[in-house]
Amino acid sequence: MSRNSFRETVVGYLFIGPLMIGMILFTLIPIAVSLILSFTDWSLVQGIKDITFVGFKNFTYLFQDPVFIKSVKNNLIFMLVVPITMAISVVLAVLLNSNVYMKGLFKVIFFIPYISSVVAIAMVSQVIFHPSYGPINELLRTFGIENPPLWLADHDYALITLMLITIWMGIGYKLIIYMAGLQNIPQELYEAADIDGASGITKFFKITLPLLSPTSFFLLITGIIASFKVFDIIVVLTEGGPSDSTSVMVFYLYKQAFVNMKTGLASASSIVLVLIVLGITLVQFLAQKKWVNY
Amino acid sequence: MRIFNLQKLIITIFMLGVGFLFLFPFFWMVSASLKPEIEVFNFPIQWLPSTWEFVSYNYSQVWIENPFLLYYRNSIIVTVATTITSVTVSCLAAYGFSKIKFKGRDFIFLILLAIYMVPHQATLVPQFIMFRYMNLYDTLTGLVILNSFSVLGTFLLRQAFLGVNNEYLESARMDGAGHFRIFLSIMLPLVRPVVATYAILRFIWTWNDYQNPFIFLRSEHLFTIQLGVQSFGDEFGKYYAIAMAGAVSAILPLLIVFIIGQKHVIAGISSGGVKG
Repeated sequence: MSRNSFRETVVGYLFIGPLMIGMILFTLIPIAVSLILSFTDWSLVQGIKDITFVGFKNFTYLFQDPVFIKSVKNNLIFMLVVPITMAISVVLAVLLNSNVYMKGLFKVIFFIPYISSVVAIAMVSQVIFHPSYGPINELLRTFGIENPPLWLADHDYALITLMLITIWMGIGYKLIIYMAGLQNIPQELYEAADIDGASGITKFFKITLPLLSPTSFFLLITGIIASFKVFDIIVVLTEGGPSDSTSVMVFYLYKQAFVNMKTGLASASSIVLVLIVLGITLVQFLAQKKWVNY
Repeated sequence: MRIFNLQKLIITIFMLGVGFLFLFPFFWMVSASLKPEIEVFNFPIQWLPSTWEFVSYNYSQVWIENPFLLYYRNSIIVTVATTITSVTVSCLAAYGFSKIKFKGRDFIFLILLAIYMVPHQATLVPQFIMFRYMNLYDTLTGLVILNSFSVLGTFLLRQAFLGVNNEYLESARMDGAGHFRIFLSIMLPLVRPVVATYAILRFIWTWNDYQNPFIFLRSEHLFTIQLGVQSFGDEFGKYYAIAMAGAVSAILPLLIVFIIGQKHVIAGISSGGVKG
């Protein structure tokens, strides 16, 4: 019997082996190396012998660097994308689920931005949000707004523009998850509410939303983790500008690592990033009991 | 009895409006790519060009004057190879985590969950150093390796494997079949739809991956379509019609793959709740 369970263990490790080797080599070891490098003053282009340990100097530098502080703030603002996308998605999902012609077609339409290349979307966004000739500002001018925002070229609006694009790209995915969640709500609840004469709005807030709360929790957690990974659209559209108004932590990390060649500093910012994301995830798990109904 | 459902019609019309907002950038992109440069910004929007003779000019800039075919070749190599390895690795691991009982299994699975919370950019710098050291920097093989080990894919497939009744497997074990045979000849055929879903998703994510090629590739002859279209955009940025022809050329093939496989994609996302 115990020989048998030994064999099971060996076979088990053979099955998970390829994944584990990949995870150890390309994720676990790099995280450990990041942690070590975060206490050093070093550059990628130098030899390994030139590593000097500097204690917490990188971390104190980070929290005095206005660009890093700005990047953290921008990340926190960027998180707003998640609840906004979720709110739009849940309303669209309920409408699609209720009673609509061509339901399948709409699902596909809403999903198209999610599968589209960020680079191509960035290119078309540049044109659509073009300050002087873009269709959005042309439209605003026909409504009598004489000085519409400059969008990506305006440091008050650039981050908002990126957030709008991200919301638009993310709705399709969340909508489909919500539609799947709606399938699990027992129809009898709505029938009972109908007998009591509840309005559509009441049913939405008293039945649909509470019963979707596990789905919402899932989307909030994964969405917020993903919101900290935002990078592509920023590199392609604004490169953190104008004047650092769209820099986020990952962009800062990238710039320190691959433009300024400050490997130690970049590693320190990646450790801060990991800690913030883990912290927020933990808070969400703790707060979950308060508002998630199972 | 009403002849038609008024409420249903109103919601549909509202949805058509929202749907138009969703598709507007794509319509605009295609429309601009067909036009001569001076008509791109005509307002009110002129959807069709006054003359069709610039279509071939705009698109020949993309496909003939620029190496889009090469970018496509690179993207196809990377995407196909990544999809095959990633699906294989995740299927094996998912089977191990769901159908084999072994010491440390649940603990390891918990660690994987924790790793999933870490933004992968936190590992970028050491990965970069390692890749240079291992001669994987600036190679297509390196890109394949970067996307081949997916915790997410393993979660999704494990969920499907757990749904398979153990009795099937037990009776096969009675007949003397080992885990590997059960995996290949019983398990995989039973969960084929989920495997297909994950394969399609991995395909889409790899195809659209910008960050890894951006950081790990330098040589232009290795550029994937995302890098290619960006350098094209930088070059023709002020020639909007041509730039849009590039953007259309970058999106269209994947859109076709998606429309063919949309049932799998949408069903898979509904069941697994996955995110790239």
